[in-house]
Amino acid sequence: MIEKFVPLDTVGVPLDRVNVDTDAIIPARYLKTLKRTGLGVGLFYAWRYDAEGAERPDFPLNRPEFRGGRVLVAGENFGCGSSREHAVWALMDFGFRAVIAPSFSDIFHNNCLKNGLLPVTLPAAEVRSMIDALLAAPGGKVRVDLAAQEVTGPNGDVHRFTVDPFAKTCLLEGLDEIALTLKSSPEIDRYERERKKATPWLFLDLAG
Amino acid sequence: MPTLFEKIRDRHVVTRRGDDILLYIDRQLIHEVTSPQAFEGLRLAGRSVRRPGAMLAVPDHNVPTTPGRAERIDDRESREQIEELRKNTLGAGIDLFDITDPRQGIVHIIGPEAGLVLPGITIVCGDSHTGTLGAFGTIAFGVGTSEVEHVLATQTLWQKTPRRMRVTVDGALRSLVTPKDVILAVIAKIGASGGTGYAIEFAGETIRKMSMEGRMTVCNMTIEAGARFGLIAPDETTFAYLKGRPLAPPPSLWDAAVADWETLPSDPDAAWDREVTLDASSLEPHVTWGTSPQDALPVGGVVPDPEAQPDPSERARMRRALEYMALVPGTRMTDIPVDKVFIGSCTNARIEDLRAAAAVAMGRKVHANVTALVVPGSGLVKRQAEEEGLDRVFVDAGFQWRLPGCSMCLGMNPDRLKPGERCASTSNRNFEGRQGPGGRTHLMSPAMAAAAAVSGRIADVREVAR
Repeated sequence: MIEKFVPLDTVGVPLDRVNVDTDAIIPARYLKTLKRTGLGVGLFYAWRYDAEGAERPDFPLNRPEFRGGRVLVAGENFGCGSSREHAVWALMDFGFRAVIAPSFSDIFHNNCLKNGLLPVTLPAAEVRSMIDALLAAPGGKVRVDLAAQEVTGPNGDVHRFTVDPFAKTCLLEGLDEIALTLKSSPEIDRYERERKKATPWLFLDLAG
Repeated sequence: MPTLFEKIRDRHVVTRRGDDILLYIDRQLIHEVTSPQAFEGLRLAGRSVRRPGAMLAVPDHNVPTTPGRAERIDDRESREQIEELRKNTLGAGIDLFDITDPRQGIVHIIGPEAGLVLPGITIVCGDSHTGTLGAFGTIAFGVGTSEVEHVLATQTLWQKTPRRMRVTVDGALRSLVTPKDVILAVIAKIGASGGTGYAIEFAGETIRKMSMEGRMTVCNMTIEAGARFGLIAPDETTFAYLKGRPLAPPPSLWDAAVADWETLPSDPDAAWDREVTLDASSLEPHVTWGTSPQDALPVGGVVPDPEAQPDPSERARMRRALEYMALVPGTRMTDIPVDKVFIGSCTNARIEDLRAAAAVAMGRKVHANVTALVVPGSGLVKRQAEEEGLDRVFVDAGFQWRLPGCSMCLGMNPDRLKPGERCASTSNRNFEGRQGPGGRTHLMSPAMAAAAAVSGRIADVREVAR
């Protein structure tokens, strides 16, 4: 079940790094939970805190100007590595509702859409200028309007982005994808009956 | 003219919605870390598992690898996750290779051993290294927990068709150069995001000559190049591996299955969106220097200089990686000392990997400054290795011989690096903190890791084994 996406007008938080992997977003030791909630405490743990557990003052999430920001702006290949959906849960638990980057890993991108975290892909030069602007004038606002498929940067520059139409509908309306798919149960039943004839060795567990 | 991927996809279409395909998923593998929330989701919505017989579960990510684990697991959260997997699978009627089962092991290793992974199937798991199973000519891919739940409830997933890349590797591998070196070289060539949006089919003489174990190593790390899917066409090597395994087609259906599988390879005139070639005949053993799997170079090389990198973003990334790794540009890779050696993981913990490492370890001693672990990929791998006497070779050389699991690949169980420790590892990711907070990872093959263990530093296995 996903959270409905509402337009954002919020502080943009720059994370000027490429290949931000999901181990960095949420380290493995936080994956022992049985829940989806409460993971924000571990978000970017090794980057937010030093070995003694004290906040690193230079890390953007710790800087007062960026606190409370709900849009993260980062470098290419964001969310690479492990498939852990905990990375999305941690970002959302911390308060983020959108991530803007030049590219995302395929699995992370999917995981975002399943939870209502909007991944916005923009050309590398546009992301670069947005990160530069946010670093030059911390606290700058970023607006994200999914319905209009527009991001407005801190300098008032408007960027159009594309999004899969079905994913857009699911995000805006907070739809339950499994409930939608279950409407195709008759087709799934029919598929199994037909394929059982063609490749019976794959359906030995199904009677009849 | 369809590719292997397209042929498998076309036989799994349940229905369509615009560009999206509702893809039937033949099999799902389940482990303890990415499944609890999926089962919880089903419970909250009052849904059931559609096809329990298509699932197989195993605890692997956070199981201890030390004796006594069946009786007692000290870490409360790990214990609870393993207990939760037990409850969830029992409740749904899903087969579980539990911690006391001789077949327990790393999820991507136990599936093939059981004969669960057959050419032409679609198979998913809540783990990014599921691409490993593409070595059998399957559409195998990692998914998040929401998709695990979707497959449990519907036996399907909505998918877009990825772009097509073929990586052709030709030429005979030189002595002590392995499939791990091939895939590290491929990732270095196309980059950590070069495969994003693609399904990669590996082809060529070098791949054809690889065993299933070697092919799985290659497909395993496809995700480190950004591609969710790595595929290799099924052939006689595949069929010989599968024949007689518990979940392989029974004798009455075997010939029909093989006849079907022989139709799967990409047609000669299949179209590709991108083609990459690699000459394996000149390939050297590879190691990584940085914090991305793309940071691989021949072991004879030196730590690269970020200042020679023209792209500012890449320059910044390299500087940061060197700072984290505490390395100075120009240092010879073979001058880098190591504290730990880890031989294991879904990349390199199959029997051939252990044989290759043991061949180097035999008659030698682990360096006094090094702690070295060997973690077999499964109980069956462990048993076979012990039948061959490999455990004695390792123990006599000073390696620790552990119980199966993911172990120090991701540092969820007690096997972790301490801050600042440097590890020669046969695993798949050298990310910051991957093997433990502050730990530093150099990826390499099992033979190279064994050479590092006995040398106390990164070493060229060809010189150690001489």
